[in-house]
Amino acid sequence: MIRFLRIAGKRLLGAVPSLIGVIIVTFLLSHALPGDPAVLFAGPAADAASVAQVRAHLGLDHSLPQQFLTYVWQLAHGDLGQSLTTGQPVMTDLLQRLPASLELTLVALIFAIGVAVPLGIWAATRPNSWIDHLCRGTVTVAAAFPTFFIALLLVYVFYFLIPLAPEPVGRLNDVYFDAPTTITGFYLIDSILEGNWQTFGGALAQIILPAISLGLFALAPIARITRAAMLQSLASDHVRTARACGLSRRRILITYALRNAMLPVVNVLGMVFSFVLGSNVLIEDVYGWPGVGAYAVKAVISSDYAAVQGFILMMAVLYILLNLVVDLLSMVVDPRVKFEG
Amino acid sequence: MSDTSLISRTRYALSENPMTLLAAILFALLIFCAVFGPLMAPYSPLLTNEGARMHPPSWLHLFGTDALGRDIFSRVLIATRLDLGMAISAVVISFVIGTALGAMAGYWGGWVDAIFGRVMDTIMAFPLFVLAMGIVAALGNNVTNIIIATAVINLPFYGRFARAEVNVRRDLAYVEAARMGGNGAVRILWGHIVRNILPVMLVQASLNMGWAILNAAGLSFIGLGVRPPTPEWGIMVSEGASYIFSGEWWTFVFPGGALVIAVFCFNLLGDGLRDIVDPRRRT
Repeated sequence: MIRFLRIAGKRLLGAVPSLIGVIIVTFLLSHALPGDPAVLFAGPAADAASVAQVRAHLGLDHSLPQQFLTYVWQLAHGDLGQSLTTGQPVMTDLLQRLPASLELTLVALIFAIGVAVPLGIWAATRPNSWIDHLCRGTVTVAAAFPTFFIALLLVYVFYFLIPLAPEPVGRLNDVYFDAPTTITGFYLIDSILEGNWQTFGGALAQIILPAISLGLFALAPIARITRAAMLQSLASDHVRTARACGLSRRRILITYALRNAMLPVVNVLGMVFSFVLGSNVLIEDVYGWPGVGAYAVKAVISSDYAAVQGFILMMAVLYILLNLVVDLLSMVVDPRVKFEG
Repeated sequence: MSDTSLISRTRYALSENPMTLLAAILFALLIFCAVFGPLMAPYSPLLTNEGARMHPPSWLHLFGTDALGRDIFSRVLIATRLDLGMAISAVVISFVIGTALGAMAGYWGGWVDAIFGRVMDTIMAFPLFVLAMGIVAALGNNVTNIIIATAVINLPFYGRFARAEVNVRRDLAYVEAARMGGNGAVRILWGHIVRNILPVMLVQASLNMGWAILNAAGLSFIGLGVRPPTPEWGIMVSEGASYIFSGEWWTFVFPGGALVIAVFCFNLLGDGLRDIVDPRRRT
């Protein structure tokens, strides 16, 4: 346990340089590029007075290192600037919308992993059979669909043509359902905690299509890496021994082969997270999802730069945290990682 | 590798995976459309026609017409050049710069490698599409910046790959011999090492193309880069999205379908090339 904590601490420290890098890049993106950052932050409709005000607030008349210190100082106080479109602090805006995006992202990940890992295992148990080819073909085709296109296609087919799904109006259709009281901010969890199954059903029905759109692309990398890792694992000596000892098929597959194959799968999740977090931007608008992605798109279109910058920073921090969680998880899944760390 | 072994390996890879052949045909078709599309288009992509608004697909308009009466077939066809052009330019830029930087980092090691690693880690610390969005938002909203943003986010794929490949080769006997022969670092890197890793790097590039297409089209979909009325697949899907609830499916299905075909083609092609060049990496 102490060993676990020590390595966990080391991993946590390992994330610090990434965090510093992320802060420097977001700073450079706005402050060190050609063009006047004051004009950028003040927005397209600003007059000379508000540009001057922004310039003073960001300390833009000082040197670049000094500006950076001002930026870090403001960050440390949770100040991401004011949004021009909502008139609120960007931090407030983002925190208010974050649970919606996080819930969608997590459900999409559960969908992707829940479908792709069994698919990969299935393909690996019958390599080069028609099942294997079918699995590979399906995930390859799925990976070719742009997230935003699949989102529109699903809405068109499952709402407009065959009305199976509810109207894509966000997290909950508030004509029929009341939003659950905020405990975690996740509608699915909050409604269970309240015991309100009707709302749970409503929220679940709303999240299915966007989660599938978001998770579909991730099927291919996860399924293919699972297949490859399982093939290797199934060919190993310990699996042969287990077979020779007459253990059940299920036991061999799950306990012996899968646990040994999990490490490459966990490693590919980093790329999957990167993709899923980024794609929120593309599909939230389609489903009227009130998350940070839709907020960022609006900000980009109306040149609300403080909001864009805040969003980028928040997503990068989230991504680093998610990777950290996976890192720690992989230590639980595979004790060998502890000794390498 | 000798020519005969390349041909036999290609034949083997094609027989093992007939999809590669399909990919090659699609690829030829896409390139043909990109080159000759503007000549073949039956209508001007910008020609509006009040009398032919929102017509469903017919012999007159194969893919139907949009809200302004423009012919969607012509627009999808002509957009091929822009969409492929953006993706290819971005991939070429990140391929050249990434390979050069990665090769130097892998060859020299030390502080060059340390700085290189830090920079790549920092790019990878962002969800990549979000970083691309930030770059375009900061640099300015035009096609050049979409290409730059797509190139930057893909840099680590090439950089890290090249670094790892060079790193295992720099102390091999033939490199040592070249060094003893008095060759300078640049000559050894280019003439002896990078040439040897080019095939695997090209496989990376073709695997990366589909992602570059998705990325550039995604940026246009959210309103960055390409401005209307320029025909481009991403922006056409986004324009068509407004008509989804009135059932005018052809406005977004055809440009979206073109994107699917392009991405599918490059993904398959990358897989096929990898099976030929580097069969052990197959998953």
